[in-house]
Amino acid sequence: MTQTTAESPTSKQRAQLKVRTLRTDRWWLVPALTFAGLMSFLIYGVWAIFDKSYFAEPYIAPFSSPCLATSCPEGARFLGLAPFGDWYGLPPGLLILGLPGGFRLTCYYYRKSYYRSFWLSPPACAVSEPHKKYSGETRLPLIIQNVHRYFFYLAVVIGAILAYDAVLAFRDEHGNWGHVGLGTIILVANAVLIACYTLGCHSCRHITAGRLNHFSRHPIRYKAWTFVSKLNARHQQFAWASMYSVMIADLYVRLVAKGVINFPFA
Amino acid sequence: MGYKAKFRVWRGEGGEGQLEDFTVEVNEGEVVLDVIHRLQATQVPDLAVRWNCKAGKCGSCSMEINGRPRLGCMTRMSTFEETETITVTPMRTFPVIKDLVCDVSFNYQKAREIPSFTPPKDVKPGEYRMQQIDVERSQEFRKCIECFMCNNVCHVIRDHDENKPAFAGPRFLMRIAELDMHPYDELDRKESAQEEHGLGYCNITKCCTEVCPEHIKITDNALIPMKERVVDRKYDPLVWLGSKIFKRSGV
Amino acid sequence: MERHEYDVVVIGAGGAGLRAAIEARQQGKRTAIICKSLFGKAHTVMAEGGAAAAMGNVNSDDNWMVHFRDTMRGGKFLNNWRMAELHAKEAPDRVWELEEWGALFDRTKDGKISQRNFGGHEYPRLAHVGDRTGLELIRTLQQRVVALQQEDEREHGDPEAFIKVFAECTITRLLKDGDAIAGAFGYWRETGDFIVFDAPAVVLATGGIGKSYVVTSNSWEYTGDGHALAVLAGAKLINMEFIQFHPTGMVWPPSVRGILVTESVRGDGGVLRNSEGRRFMFDYVPDVFKDKYATTEEEGDRWYTDQANNRRPPELLPRDEVARAINSEVKAGRGSPQGGVFLDVSSRLPAAEIIKRLPSMHHQFKELADVDITQEPMQVGPTCHYIMGGVEVEADTGAASVPGLFAAGEVSGGMHGSNRLGGNSLSDLLVFGRRAGLGASAYVDGLATRPSAADVTDAKAEAVAPLERTGGENPYEVHHELQRTMNDLVGIIRKAGEISEALQVVEKLKERSKNTGSSGSRVYNPGWHLAIDLRNMLLVSECVARAALLREESRGGHTRDDFPVMSADWRQKLLVCSAAPDGSGVTVEEKVQPSMRGDLISLFERSELEKYLTEDELAEYDAAVKES
Repeated sequence: MTQTTAESPTSKQRAQLKVRTLRTDRWWLVPALTFAGLMSFLIYGVWAIFDKSYFAEPYIAPFSSPCLATSCPEGARFLGLAPFGDWYGLPPGLLILGLPGGFRLTCYYYRKSYYRSFWLSPPACAVSEPHKKYSGETRLPLIIQNVHRYFFYLAVVIGAILAYDAVLAFRDEHGNWGHVGLGTIILVANAVLIACYTLGCHSCRHITAGRLNHFSRHPIRYKAWTFVSKLNARHQQFAWASMYSVMIADLYVRLVAKGVINFPFA
Repeated sequence: MGYKAKFRVWRGEGGEGQLEDFTVEVNEGEVVLDVIHRLQATQVPDLAVRWNCKAGKCGSCSMEINGRPRLGCMTRMSTFEETETITVTPMRTFPVIKDLVCDVSFNYQKAREIPSFTPPKDVKPGEYRMQQIDVERSQEFRKCIECFMCNNVCHVIRDHDENKPAFAGPRFLMRIAELDMHPYDELDRKESAQEEHGLGYCNITKCCTEVCPEHIKITDNALIPMKERVVDRKYDPLVWLGSKIFKRSGV
Repeated sequence: MERHEYDVVVIGAGGAGLRAAIEARQQGKRTAIICKSLFGKAHTVMAEGGAAAAMGNVNSDDNWMVHFRDTMRGGKFLNNWRMAELHAKEAPDRVWELEEWGALFDRTKDGKISQRNFGGHEYPRLAHVGDRTGLELIRTLQQRVVALQQEDEREHGDPEAFIKVFAECTITRLLKDGDAIAGAFGYWRETGDFIVFDAPAVVLATGGIGKSYVVTSNSWEYTGDGHALAVLAGAKLINMEFIQFHPTGMVWPPSVRGILVTESVRGDGGVLRNSEGRRFMFDYVPDVFKDKYATTEEEGDRWYTDQANNRRPPELLPRDEVARAINSEVKAGRGSPQGGVFLDVSSRLPAAEIIKRLPSMHHQFKELADVDITQEPMQVGPTCHYIMGGVEVEADTGAASVPGLFAAGEVSGGMHGSNRLGGNSLSDLLVFGRRAGLGASAYVDGLATRPSAADVTDAKAEAVAPLERTGGENPYEVHHELQRTMNDLVGIIRKAGEISEALQVVEKLKERSKNTGSSGSRVYNPGWHLAIDLRNMLLVSECVARAALLREESRGGHTRDDFPVMSADWRQKLLVCSAAPDGSGVTVEEKVQPSMRGDLISLFERSELEKYLTEDELAEYDAAVKES
């Protein structure tokens, strides 16, 4: 009987369909593209970390900013700081890589995308996943995803630094203000996209006012929530746009540093 | 105008069964449910299908059309090629009673496991004062027509029957969010959302949102905000500390 | 055979049924809720506009007396005035109570329940949630039932100790012990197994009869089960000739023909135009409403923003008037391409506003008809929507003439007179659902002994019959012919000759239905279910047609081409339908409507009553006014 209690007779079972899915569309296309997109980012990232030409006055490559190691050239150092001392000999990018990396790794959108495309859990809606067991984010290690908001706090700092870098890019290679090169435009665009992605974060939405039950008692926070919600609705788009913009900006700066692209045009 | 369409429909009782082929007339402007009804009226009078309003408002005619969870009444035939074979099967996550009709009692059982709306005792009927902006979030979730397609598509139970006891499914996790965001609800639902109703099983892959015929943003507006509220309670030492120092809750 | 014992059995789990069951359970009665569909799928979800209750949140001049007047006016003074009075007085409490159970209505600026304008209501009165108020109502009541079950689980260890839902279960017969109700007999749709309920009180809340018509806003469940069960058990139906055709149903595509387009479209500024682009409703304002409606488009348009100084546009006339007007326009050849008229909101409101105020209409047209209502007009036409008639009940308790039988909601008759105002049905469900639950509980309390368990041999034989006939008539064909007949011959506009013809067809179909056979097993067999439902639809259709033939006037939901005028003499008469226990010998008799209590009739102006009452009644009115 279909009652409100499940006193289902034991004979009842699901439709015994033997196929993994009956979907007739190209459901595999999106996870495949996602996989390729994320892989390209990872591969580029690994190369970029070990690539040494990350600075070309006044531009600094986003993957290596803030530059905090003593190995950083004078002008590349963030506010002139080198807090780690001489013992640190690895690429400077490695020091800060974990912050934006962790932010994206624990981001609700990226979680969806890699759970689907890497872990196939599920690869697409109504397509069976290949795993025998599933416990989701209930236990270690995936329960750690809950730290997302702390990465958000750090990502705000990184986002601010990238914005600061973009402002510095209005100087020419001699430090005079007023320069606008292609690099300036790219760094500014990147900073804006990163900001849109960072502020549209689900944790940010929660912090601004999502955790409240009475918006009407907190009009300013509600306004902020409304704004964040708008960004949040496009979180996926901003995630991809900012991922590619940071890659393009990073590559561009390196090409300038390597002398492939030259001033004044750059 | 009209043409003959090829349909493959799951037929059988209690899970055992097979896909059967039919050729059936289709007229302009029709939906899949119309065609199922024509099959019933002309070829297989005992073909079982649930339906009620035929306007996407009651959530009865949930089925899987070409492998995708859909409402039969809201799937226009014009979205298919005339030459295409259209496969119609019952929802996969629930036991089949007959043909396209599933036993959805799982959902009613879960509904009963979620503590009901708990208003303060001292507010009398007629004295409720709520601002529109404070009720809008919960109102979105109350658009739910209980077609149960979100619970059907969710891989947590679709692919893992053994998770059913521990997981309430998107529909009822959304119900928890609805109540937790209600300006007058006094119960704390964060701990139980995680520990008793399985919010942690959700890996936010958003299939619930994709299939929702009411276009409710289940994941972004209910499940993730609820996860964040759970973090406040269980996983964020700063918020925990803050709540100890300021003794604030229920803002 | 499965057999259960309950104190109160509620048949139907729409708004009225759930409200009745909640009340019975709150009175400590063991209650069963039986419904043909899944729990929470009832037709109440289709109600869009709102629940009318004179809370005065938007206009503080509103009160129960104004609501009472509007209701009587809308029903053309044929209403059971006691019901209209109770309804107007109690509706606000019923709506407020929903909030305590978790309903989230749209709000006013000061945080109260917002109220919207609707046809026939003098003030903004409909508590609403966008255009899905019915869904909110059913979900709230459903969740209230669950809350009570949780309470029972805590106290008794069994959630279903006092209230249990039997979903996808159809009742085919009420059982009696002597004159009084003893229970109900039915079958599980899922398995085809029979089930018996032994109970001293049964509340009917089965809704309407729309499935006897082709173009209808009603779902398959609306086969007049409760009406038929009541008549077969010896109760009486009143006002069956009054059927409301909602003026705006979808006309295209064919598969959704009849599905409702909410009146809120007009309440929020939508206008009706014919193929010539004319706002034709201005041509159709009847004399009784002349001074209440705008005479120019300008005045009508101003009303949306300034209701104090302008009269409302005629698009907001009561439903029967609008339905007839559309019917006339289409017949005169000024209809839209697919046989309706144009309902346009796209040229009246900004797109964003339309989507905000009418989200489910926007959704419905987009998904079902591929029409964007923010860009182009809709095509609409009348659709069979609601039956004002139903089981004759006592106003205060919902008790029918058979002891132990109660009815509430659409299946009961009298409250709405000859025509129901939009928004009055959701409030009707709540007010009289509760009263029927109370009435049934009090009846059970007053019994010295429980009725003895009834024999179900006949009921069983009747139910299995279609399965035992091989090669019988196809029930779908019989059903379809009935729908066509009622639609064409006993539709919006009726003539004596056509109604008689319909009665002959119904007679033939009754014979054919006795021969319907259904192939397949008893497990979830829709062909078999339809064969059983046909008995109810035919019986109810016969009542409708016989009453329609008898009433030689036009009033509300009953329009006679051969008697186009409303008659004060007929206002005093109710038509009462009854039949033998086997469904034969359907008779319709006249019954005098008791005159209105002095304090109630004094609420009206004499000038208005002159349009409805006889000279004798007006003399009574004068006396009543003098007394007060």
